[in-house]
Amino acid sequence: MYDYSDFDESFVRARVAQFSDQVARRLDGSLTEDEFRPLRLMNGLYLQLHAYMLRVAIPYGTLNPHQMRQLAHIADTYDKGYGHFTTRQNIQFNWPKLPEVPAILTALADVQMHAIQTSGNCVRNVTADHFAGAAADEIEDPRPYAELLRQWSTDHPEFQFLPRKFKIAITGSPNDRAVTKAHDIGLRMVRNAAGEPGFEVMVGGGLGRTPMIAFTVRDFLPVADLLPYVEAVLSVYNILGRRDNKYKARIKITVHETGRDEIARMIEERFTEMRPQFGGADQALLDDIRAAFAPPAFRNAPTDAYDLAYKADPVFRAWADTNLAAHRNDQYSIVTISVKAHGATPGDASSDQMRLMADLAETYGHNDLRISHEQNVILPHVHKSDLPVIHAALQKAGLATANVGLISDIIACPGMDYCALATARSIPVAQELALRFDALDLEHDIGPLKLKISGCINACGHHHVGHIGILGLDRAGVENYQITLGGDGTETASIGEKTGPGFAYDEIVDAIERIIRAYLEVRSHKEETFLQTYRRLGLTPFKAALYGAEDGRDAA
Amino acid sequence: MSRKYTPKVVTANDLRIGDVVYLTADNRWSRLHAEAELICEEDHANTRLAFAAAQRLAIVGPYLADAKAGPNGPEPTHFREAFRTRGPSNYAHGKQVDLADV
Repeated sequence: MYDYSDFDESFVRARVAQFSDQVARRLDGSLTEDEFRPLRLMNGLYLQLHAYMLRVAIPYGTLNPHQMRQLAHIADTYDKGYGHFTTRQNIQFNWPKLPEVPAILTALADVQMHAIQTSGNCVRNVTADHFAGAAADEIEDPRPYAELLRQWSTDHPEFQFLPRKFKIAITGSPNDRAVTKAHDIGLRMVRNAAGEPGFEVMVGGGLGRTPMIAFTVRDFLPVADLLPYVEAVLSVYNILGRRDNKYKARIKITVHETGRDEIARMIEERFTEMRPQFGGADQALLDDIRAAFAPPAFRNAPTDAYDLAYKADPVFRAWADTNLAAHRNDQYSIVTISVKAHGATPGDASSDQMRLMADLAETYGHNDLRISHEQNVILPHVHKSDLPVIHAALQKAGLATANVGLISDIIACPGMDYCALATARSIPVAQELALRFDALDLEHDIGPLKLKISGCINACGHHHVGHIGILGLDRAGVENYQITLGGDGTETASIGEKTGPGFAYDEIVDAIERIIRAYLEVRSHKEETFLQTYRRLGLTPFKAALYGAEDGRDAA
Repeated sequence: MSRKYTPKVVTANDLRIGDVVYLTADNRWSRLHAEAELICEEDHANTRLAFAAAQRLAIVGPYLADAKAGPNGPEPTHFREAFRTRGPSNYAHGKQVDLADV
């Protein structure tokens, strides 16, 4: 993976020193909170419901074991022994104390990590396919491009005060695992007629209060044009984007108000101006970065141990069937470690679990770990013969739940258990749902299903693109949960449709069960997924299951 | 003459720890909602909020939250404020355990 250059190292150290001084001045009263707040946010430090929260960037979701152990160390030393992996491939610590934040940032810098640009109206952590560099269906590893974008966007003088935050997602596969169509810029690698790799560039996607699927501004962008093109998009947005209304400031609204054809014309025009200014330095840099992402030295060895365990052990087989994905090397597998034990908090890992995952990556996984936007941890390169021993180790740590891609593999934002913006809780709803479907022993029968929960309209839990989405709201001083169906975050992206009136906290789990029972009833055959059934039949059978035949029910 | 005023407490977060705090009638910042001053009159509420806003070495983000009188002191009326008196529901962290030995 990429190692910091001397420039990166001194930049991050300088920011730690600068912020340490700012914290000291806040604590001695030389800075007011109004002065300090934007400074702490630039360094990823929020004030939440019960405590401060530090959001640490995990660039394109890639970590090495040394970094994972340092996160565990920070969790033990400065927090309550755990961390929360987020839908933007970041990790959040929920209980840091302000005077100790400089020490945490120093500990992060010691392992080439930081919390810069994890808040504020700038380009945020660039997210990527969590199977990057390993997936069988991949054209090219997207992470060198993500790293190039990270270096270009970090402290970019023109883009530190954009109209609003700006999120870029990238995938090297035609099959989109990075929700690229719900980002300000989505980049999906494709090949042109000549077989050359390039990017489909999508602009103006986003969730939140006005969910929109991105539109394709360029079907095929040669990879060498990536930076000037992204810079063209940013500079058009920086001029056109609305600064008068926070709720209309994201590029999706700019696209909507300007019109697709017009904004595409402006981007292309700006690109024509920008392109000659990139004299090739970016391509030289990209070549250096590429070398850092060279594939590991794959072992050539028999996979009999895997085949034997798969035949003999039904628990291992169930886990292998759900938690493994196809690797480009057929002796290898991609392991998704479920951080979604039934009844546990989605995305929370204890320091012991972090250390175990680091050890497994070091011993069996070519020193590579990934965080997915679905809040799980990935070992991208595991030789199949090592899978039984990895599974056994994960079992002992409560990390062997065989539910990846199933109904209990729930995305949930922190919700009103932590977040100052939340309007309702998400975590306990996720916990109850996972326990319910586990108790019913139904989830393997239900099959692939993405259930996503957000605790407010900002949609950190991606509920709009869940096959089943749940949005927690405050309705007249009571938690109320609105359901959407038919959302999809892949290359066939769509925004879910509201079913009707919402449900109270103590009704929502039953309501979801009614939807699932209706699906099991009406699916054409066992292989028809929930999303396929929904696309065939629409809302009708599910509304009937939720609200009764007369389709009339008062809002809770 | 005066409209019925929903009683309030002044609440904020501790500057150093971030923990939820409440302004008491004797100008302390308490961790306990029940020790808060229950403010039943709008002008007084604004005076107390201004007093709180000046305590910038102690607290962050003071605001007025709806409350009601209870047998042991003021109680929250909205679920968000009720959560702030306890901590998160997924772990025994925050006030629900930290205050056990207060």
